[in-house]
Amino acid sequence: MTAYIIRRLFIGLIILLLVTMLVFLFVRLLPGDPLMVFMGNYSPSSTINTMTAAEHDALMHKYGLDRPIWIQYGDWLNQVLHGNLGKSLRIGQPISELIGERIGRTAYIGVIIFVITTFGGILAGVYCALRRGTWIDNTITTIANIGMTVPVFWFGVLLIYVFGYKLGWLPFFGWKDPWDDFGYSCLYLIMPVASVALGGIAGMARLVRSCMLEVMRTDYVRTAWAKGLSERVIVVRHQLKNAMIPVVTALGGTLGMILGGSIFIENVFSIPGMGRLMTTAIFDYDYQIVQASALIFGGIIIFSNLIVDIAWGWLDPRIRLA
Amino acid sequence: MAKKTVNTAPSQDAMGVAVAPPKHSEWRRFARVFFGRKLYLIGFIIVVILIFTAIFAPLIARYDPVTNDLPNKLQGPSTEHWLGTDQLGRDIYSRIVWGTQISMEIGFAAVFSSAIVGILMGLAAAYFGGIVFAIIMRVTDALMALPGIILVLLIAGLGGRGIGVVIFALAFGNIAGMARMMCGQALSVKQNDYVMAARSIGMSNWRIMWAQIFPNAFPPLIVGLTMGIGGVVLGEAGLSYLGIGVPAPAPSWGGMVMDGQGYLLQNPIISLAPGVAIMLLVFGFNMVGDGIRDAIDPRLRGVL
Amino acid sequence: MALLDVQNLKTYFHTEYGLVKAADGVSFNVNQGEIIGLVGESGCGKSVTILSIMQLIPSPPGKKAGGKVIFEGKDLLQYQPNGQEMRSIRGSKLTMIFQEPMTSLNPVLTIARQMTETLELHLDMDKSAARERGIELLKMVGVPDASRRIDDYPHQFSGGMRQRVMIAMALSCNPMIIFADEPTTAVDVTTQAQLLELMKDLVTRLNTSLVIVTHNLGVVARYAQRIYVMYAGRIIESGPSEAIFSDPQHPYTVGLLNSVPKLGERHGERKLIPIYGLPPNLINMPPTCAFLPRCNAKIGRCSKEPWPELRVVGKDHLISCYANIKGK
Repeated sequence: MTAYIIRRLFIGLIILLLVTMLVFLFVRLLPGDPLMVFMGNYSPSSTINTMTAAEHDALMHKYGLDRPIWIQYGDWLNQVLHGNLGKSLRIGQPISELIGERIGRTAYIGVIIFVITTFGGILAGVYCALRRGTWIDNTITTIANIGMTVPVFWFGVLLIYVFGYKLGWLPFFGWKDPWDDFGYSCLYLIMPVASVALGGIAGMARLVRSCMLEVMRTDYVRTAWAKGLSERVIVVRHQLKNAMIPVVTALGGTLGMILGGSIFIENVFSIPGMGRLMTTAIFDYDYQIVQASALIFGGIIIFSNLIVDIAWGWLDPRIRLA
Repeated sequence: MAKKTVNTAPSQDAMGVAVAPPKHSEWRRFARVFFGRKLYLIGFIIVVILIFTAIFAPLIARYDPVTNDLPNKLQGPSTEHWLGTDQLGRDIYSRIVWGTQISMEIGFAAVFSSAIVGILMGLAAAYFGGIVFAIIMRVTDALMALPGIILVLLIAGLGGRGIGVVIFALAFGNIAGMARMMCGQALSVKQNDYVMAARSIGMSNWRIMWAQIFPNAFPPLIVGLTMGIGGVVLGEAGLSYLGIGVPAPAPSWGGMVMDGQGYLLQNPIISLAPGVAIMLLVFGFNMVGDGIRDAIDPRLRGVL
Repeated sequence: MALLDVQNLKTYFHTEYGLVKAADGVSFNVNQGEIIGLVGESGCGKSVTILSIMQLIPSPPGKKAGGKVIFEGKDLLQYQPNGQEMRSIRGSKLTMIFQEPMTSLNPVLTIARQMTETLELHLDMDKSAARERGIELLKMVGVPDASRRIDDYPHQFSGGMRQRVMIAMALSCNPMIIFADEPTTAVDVTTQAQLLELMKDLVTRLNTSLVIVTHNLGVVARYAQRIYVMYAGRIIESGPSEAIFSDPQHPYTVGLLNSVPKLGERHGERKLIPIYGLPPNLINMPPTCAFLPRCNAKIGRCSKEPWPELRVVGKDHLISCYANIKGK
């Protein structure tokens, strides 16, 4: 098991390295001027330049952007390994500070959504599988089919319209940190969480339901029935653990969906978190922030996939001993 | 022991009446499963209507989608403007109709181009194995380590504005998944004896890939492609909502949701109606994908 | 008084193509300590018959369509499939061994867990007693190093070993009857013989009845005392083993025996003759004898009258056929 974890950890690090390379390449090779952040641009082909070629070159040189890309990458990586994520080009603040202020909020919302999605999805999916064909199953399955198609941002806007404007029950703009005023902060939390959790629960319920139905058809479940065990024991002991194996492997994807969703809800509800930081940075062409936040997002996903792999090994003895 | 009186040779009529399983052509079977369930049928009808709307948008729309008409801004539904008008006086119904065309264009273009690259990568990884497999898998791992929408956002955000960039970004975000799916299918097909047979008669790698593996690995991929269209349209709407998708004033569903967010009290339809259109499209393609999967899933044969 | 008396058992399946009468009026009985062979081609309904007795047919698509299964004076089919009465019999008095040893054990539970659960449930043993008994049972079926291997997972066992575990599980609660559904089909030939010997030894020792369901005549020839031959959902011939093998009366049984070699027979001594044609498709069957299209002993009545009832042709020997192939 230890060897297995070490191997997964090693692969995870390699993938993280690849992620940073890819992001670095995107940022530097896509046709956008990295100096746009200074509200100035220069291009030999353009007629409306707000800085001269000399000014442009000087800035490029100052930020080391005139060096070959692999040297820039090596330099950046070296800095990151020494714990230095660089400075925001636009506001000059160290990026680690910017991220430090925001990552807690994104993580807080994300964990809540993750827990709700996982438990809600598993409960609904197992229930539907056990009562398949009944009207409750049909209703939940239909809602799940529709829920999967709802765009996160649109659902957020709908909630704002209904609960913010029409009913006036919930605040819909901005954010309260839970340590400032816990009760009030929960009100701020409801709509963003619901926006992402709807699709999450829908997808999870569908997956769990089909996994359960798959397991119900297996020979070993028939064996369990032939032993005279009660339905409850068969479901809990023989079906759930087997059905959870594919579900656990999908949890990494669920987390990706939640992080992707954070981009939208933080923009819809103006929450100052990682997602909003990254979108703003992309708009501003603040490439240092873009690189750093991609590193963080990628790191979170890769780390959680590692945990998923370990959980998988724990659930499935065939992996554990392999 | 063996009685001479019993003649076990077949008589002509014995062979003639031997009962064969009922003859159902694959297509008829497919159609019966596919159209046999209401949800799939509804999804199919939605997709047909939307494709029709996209193609004949100029005939179906009632106003020009980008011409402002400020005196008539923010109107509610009426006989002139079925869904009212937006903050610039543009007819919402017409913008949604034209938006169908844009969404479909982007959906098909991005899925098609990502499928070509993804299929090539997946086939190569599965067929050659070894180092090729390892490299392609690690690259797809890296691409999938970033949540899809973040990858797409990066490319679209840093790549400049325009439909071309949006399609490129969405296609890029789709490639890793396509390659994985193709690779998985091809690997399982590769186990079959007929691939071994093809190799033993000296068929070239290239021909084995295209003549043996690809045709057998492709059908399950159709499900992924169909559902991919829904996913890509959702992605495009998201980008446009964030303001890095289809540039204004072109009518894009996601952009319309953003436009209307500031006018929710005056006219909520601006934001809400395009969302319903997005959901219809994604639902339609998802159901068609589900239907195809059910209809080609050999494990379900004879059960439904 | 037979231990188990199956009377006119009918199990139908509703499929997309039509109604399949998988078991259509099957009657047989099992006496204490007896080994019974239930023989037929794949798809003839033998597994369905066993699963129907145990009420393990998934419904839908399966459906109890009639008949009785009398066990200890009670009709099992009157019980709810997953009700308390049925569950207290399943796994304790009536147990099963399935065909696929690779998939019939739960991959994520240890052998110990899978063995002890029946002991705890039916015999009210506590954890440690159940474990001790589990190890004892594994030793009995010849699993080496049983006290250590009981904590292993199924994938750490070979196919033959897993089938031994299945046998141990089937024996664990001192059952009255063990139904073995193609118990040796999925393992190689040498293991097959070992397993059959093992089962025979154990049931003889414990005075348990054993019903072996198989398509392989060779398997039952050596072990079964009585044989039932099934075709298209019905018993078409039944009788003591010797009678079936030395004096088969139904054209189908004759065909079966003509198509397999006999031990000790010299090469070329007798020509092996296949049964031509295909097993019938069970959907929407005609009322006449299902073997008719493949039969070469048919007489005029066969195509006009419905499937014949079983009739006596010797001591305990019955066939369902109009023709007298011996010319009696």
